[in-house]
Amino acid sequence: MMRSTMIGVDVGGTFTDVFVLDEATGRARVAKVPTTRPDQSGGFMAGIAAQVGDLGSVASVVHGTTAGTNALLERKGARIGVITTEGFRDVLEMRRRDRPRTWGLRGAFEPVVPRDLRLEVSERTLADGTVHTPVDLEAVRAAGRALIDAGCRAVAVLFVNAYANPDNERAAVAALRDLWPNAHVASSSEILPEIREFERFSTTALNAYLQPEVSGYLARLEAALTGQGFGGEFLIVQSNGGVMAVDTACRLPVRTALSGPAAGVIAAAYIAQSAGFPDIITGDMGGTSFDVSLIEDGQAALAAQTAIDFGMVVRTPMIEITTIGAGGGSIAWVDKGGLLNIGPESAGSDPGPVAYGRGNTRPTVTDANIVLGRIDPDRPIGGGTLDVAAARAAIDAHVGTPLALNTEEAAEAIIRVANARMAGAIRLVSIERGHDPKKFAFMPFGGGGALHAGAMLAEVGLSRAIIPRYPGVTSAMGCVIADMRQDFVQTVNAMTDTADTEALGALIQNHIDDGARLLDAAGVAFAGREVVVELDMAYVGQTHTVSVPLPIKLEGDTVATPLREQIVAAFEAAYRRVYGRLLPGGVTRILNLRTAVIGTRPKFDLKALAPEGEGVTTPRTHRRVHMGAWVEAAILDRLSLPVGAVVTGPAVLEQPDTTILIEPGLSGRVDDFGNIILSREGA
Amino acid sequence: MTIDPITLAVLAGRMEQIADEMDATLFRSAFNPIIAEAHDASHGLYHASSGETLVQGKSGLPIFVGVMAFAVKAVIDKSARDGDLSDGDVYIFNDAHIGGTHLSDMRLVRPYFHDGAVFCHLASVGHWHDVGGAVPGNYNPRATEVFQEAFVLPPVKLMRGGVLQQDVVDIVLRNTRLPASAQGDLNGQINALDLGARRLDALLAEYGAETVRAALDALSDRAETMTRAEVSALPDGRWEAIDCLDNDGITDRELPIKVAIEIRGDRLALDFTGTAGATAGPVNISHGTAVACVYVAIKHIFPGLPANAGVMRPIDVTIPPKSLLSAEFPAPTGGYTETILRMIDVIFSALSQAVPDRVVANAYGTINALSLAGHRADGRRWVMFSFYGGGHGGSPEGDGLNHGNAPISTATIPPVEILESAYPVMFRQWALRPDSAGAGQHRGGLGAVYEIELLEQSAEAFLFGERGCHAPKGVAGGGEAALNRFAYENAGTWHTPPMVSKMVGIHLKKGERVRLETPGGGGYGPARARDATAVARDVRLGYLSAEGADAAYGHDWRKGQA
Repeated sequence: MMRSTMIGVDVGGTFTDVFVLDEATGRARVAKVPTTRPDQSGGFMAGIAAQVGDLGSVASVVHGTTAGTNALLERKGARIGVITTEGFRDVLEMRRRDRPRTWGLRGAFEPVVPRDLRLEVSERTLADGTVHTPVDLEAVRAAGRALIDAGCRAVAVLFVNAYANPDNERAAVAALRDLWPNAHVASSSEILPEIREFERFSTTALNAYLQPEVSGYLARLEAALTGQGFGGEFLIVQSNGGVMAVDTACRLPVRTALSGPAAGVIAAAYIAQSAGFPDIITGDMGGTSFDVSLIEDGQAALAAQTAIDFGMVVRTPMIEITTIGAGGGSIAWVDKGGLLNIGPESAGSDPGPVAYGRGNTRPTVTDANIVLGRIDPDRPIGGGTLDVAAARAAIDAHVGTPLALNTEEAAEAIIRVANARMAGAIRLVSIERGHDPKKFAFMPFGGGGALHAGAMLAEVGLSRAIIPRYPGVTSAMGCVIADMRQDFVQTVNAMTDTADTEALGALIQNHIDDGARLLDAAGVAFAGREVVVELDMAYVGQTHTVSVPLPIKLEGDTVATPLREQIVAAFEAAYRRVYGRLLPGGVTRILNLRTAVIGTRPKFDLKALAPEGEGVTTPRTHRRVHMGAWVEAAILDRLSLPVGAVVTGPAVLEQPDTTILIEPGLSGRVDDFGNIILSREGA
Repeated sequence: MTIDPITLAVLAGRMEQIADEMDATLFRSAFNPIIAEAHDASHGLYHASSGETLVQGKSGLPIFVGVMAFAVKAVIDKSARDGDLSDGDVYIFNDAHIGGTHLSDMRLVRPYFHDGAVFCHLASVGHWHDVGGAVPGNYNPRATEVFQEAFVLPPVKLMRGGVLQQDVVDIVLRNTRLPASAQGDLNGQINALDLGARRLDALLAEYGAETVRAALDALSDRAETMTRAEVSALPDGRWEAIDCLDNDGITDRELPIKVAIEIRGDRLALDFTGTAGATAGPVNISHGTAVACVYVAIKHIFPGLPANAGVMRPIDVTIPPKSLLSAEFPAPTGGYTETILRMIDVIFSALSQAVPDRVVANAYGTINALSLAGHRADGRRWVMFSFYGGGHGGSPEGDGLNHGNAPISTATIPPVEILESAYPVMFRQWALRPDSAGAGQHRGGLGAVYEIELLEQSAEAFLFGERGCHAPKGVAGGGEAALNRFAYENAGTWHTPPMVSKMVGIHLKKGERVRLETPGGGGYGPARARDATAVARDVRLGYLSAEGADAAYGHDWRKGQA
């Protein structure tokens, strides 16, 4: 039987989204069902069942998951133990001597492994890789047994300087595997062979902390899929925007920390590039936050590390996402100096905005949109009706009265300050990093972003906005689009002048071989394979490194030894790009080697999503909407608009998963893929 | 012109972003880890004629938030005297007696012109790795004049009309042990100022100078209003507190720092009369630094206040003349960090009597600037210079943070692996220090133990620390934390310095060690109010020994053992 269906599933906090693509016909279907808790597999299977009867026809199921993120944020990982170098049991707890907030000196930190489950053994490696003290394996075994007796379900071996020589860690892991009752034994040099002990230990410990839960959850999903006749590949989206096989995810669950949002950014990049906009800034507006990412030339920027919460550092490449606390549920309030603020406190999705009638009495950004008529109180996302009078009363009491504004003025003020904060986040990722916003289009996704798209054009000077056809299921769509990607790192720590380039070539070759093995084992059909090599380099004396793309020559799967002149030239080009000018006579150093091995997956044609036929271009109705003043706005059904249709503001386009506001002076055009391109009239 | 509150909110965010972006530019491109890793730097916008802080970056060093105003004022006075200011001029200086803090902090001030007149000032300050003087890294506890701490540069023009004055650069770079590092940091600071000017150009073009000026005025007024509102909520009255520095590094005599805080309606007065006189050794601070330090304490107590000079309008600060809080040239100020940390401690202790629910207990209170320096076998010089951490005080909400950074700083500590790969040392221990926290209903956070072994043939160690004789205090009935301890190994025996936590020129041979044990934070609330299960947990996790628990909490904690 021909398996031609691909399914993307994104499990979010409120909804589980499913995107189904039939590659044979090019047809796509979507489903949105409530997320089930605590076990998300119920909603996962229900969402698929809503669109697909026979799992036997499914070639692949790709999952963007928040299981790992939630376990970290809610501290619901497993009880685990740590075995570490004598003298260093407290590294995880001491962090890098930071504090949660600059001002106030309040707040403590609980590491995910309590102190009595962090045991020390005699061993020591020096910075140059010399073993100063061989590991005491009897002590390792005793520590392992003690942790098992204490109920630990995973163990992490964290030795100082193991990035420079993993021998002691390897010996300890081998001894532990003989006695540990499950597969959850890992060392810091296996997970992240990179210098900086806190970051490496933290990443390894958080991986162990997630492993029992996440691997259990993924195993349940896999069993449920198989039980219903599924025989294709089951893949998981990583924080770097690539997918991995499910068994890799079970071994490296920490790589799923930003799985869901990363899938959304990948889809946004693909949709925009297909539509002719390789440079975009995405804005995902949820209940409590606004997440922004920059995509240049079709590529999302990657951050080397992220703090999931204070002291919870994960160092693996992740799609760079800048978050500010300004979502639809963010609360508007006036401070003691008489200034209007938005957030960071949020009513979230529960109890939610005042108009939801679930007990919140303080006005939110969504309440302002409702009061201004921008959201239809009789047809909100998720159904039901909204209490406009309650929203008006809350805005009057908390904003209008203290600032002496009438209800509409107060609501407009809330929107304006919220827009200014969102615009600030966009400037942060664009202007502050040297990108000209005029070059970029804005792509809102999630439920709320499209109400603010016009304002972002005006505030930041972005050229246009592109609103995908199904903004509410962007992350699920991204699951189907993402390539398979494996990232590797190895600390080199050598002067460029004297570095052993043959040894460097051998390290690259190891990464390529390991990556190829993982791609082969996944059983996925690839359209092509790519290897990307980068060196982290700096002038001696600098502590921040520059990421230096290194051109490599591949013959088959064999890499040619890189030449020193190439490395120097690549560094100079990268440094000049970042800082403008080189340091004359400066001596440089190679700190880390990073390799990405990518299996590109066949892309589907987004035209499959485009509307067909003549459609409907006449307004469904008209409604009073406040945009500076009350105006009579046309209300249209977005999904019925045909390709080529143009709607000029003032207008509101409605669809089940979002609302699009077109202000006076703006117009929206439906492109060949069904996206709405929003721009200033005549632009 | 008045400005509507919404435009004001938008402009406030835009200008804060300019300062933040200047911070980020220097952090990324700096050559020295004290700026790049520890973020010991700051940027902001300052008033055209008064020099007062208008806007400051969020990520810079907290103490600079207030002190830079004095540095900018010094430049304003200088250019008024000289009468030769033109667009594109940039001043550079490190003179602590007119710009605050200590000589390691290099300041660049750029008058920003709009329509032919100074609209505001842009300034950049960063802690350079070495600026000459007797001790590598410039923490010299034996200094009795600034000249033994570093070379002193008064405000001079680094740029004239946008043209770099290479002769000034040459003088500066000839006076440091680490010219490459200094050059890298200088370039980074110039770039940060350039970037600030470009961003301001765009902002003024977009909103107009009048609107931006009105916004700046309104933001200061608003900060004043907010401060008055916060102070009004406090009870009227007068409260005092006193604490002591161990010594000045020259004479082993304690140095009291005293404050009397008086609240009347919406005004707050702090009077430091009763504080020790100026000292021979380098724990003096300038008047400007003292005022800026009050600002840091106020911001910690009311974290919601904005970072501009309006905050200080309802606050009166009295600094006694000739005291160690108003040192005059050429008194040494290298250890200013220790003195301002003690000022913050006494402010917290005094206010805790008025509003115990608003104040946290004392943090560990010393930065422990420790240098190890020597030459490698091939003759290359190495200097390992770092600050070390300790515990934060217990708070009304809970226990203090273990191993945090100093309240005047947001600096992170370099990783052991980076230090070991750069310098010939091996850390034997890098751990929390049991029994170092002050007892209390909410105990303090724990301090740390750092033990470092030398791997080369010989080296010298230098330490500048405090809290070796007077422990960090609790508030609201909470207990004191442990004292700072430092010891070094010589020919098989361990020694402690005569000045407890200050010493220069400790000779170390291969295999010998130094050991630093830092204080925790003070406790919050009486020890008897601590839950027995919380004490039992501290004992089980090894934060507290059983004997320590008995002594601090009595024997009842054993009932809390599960």
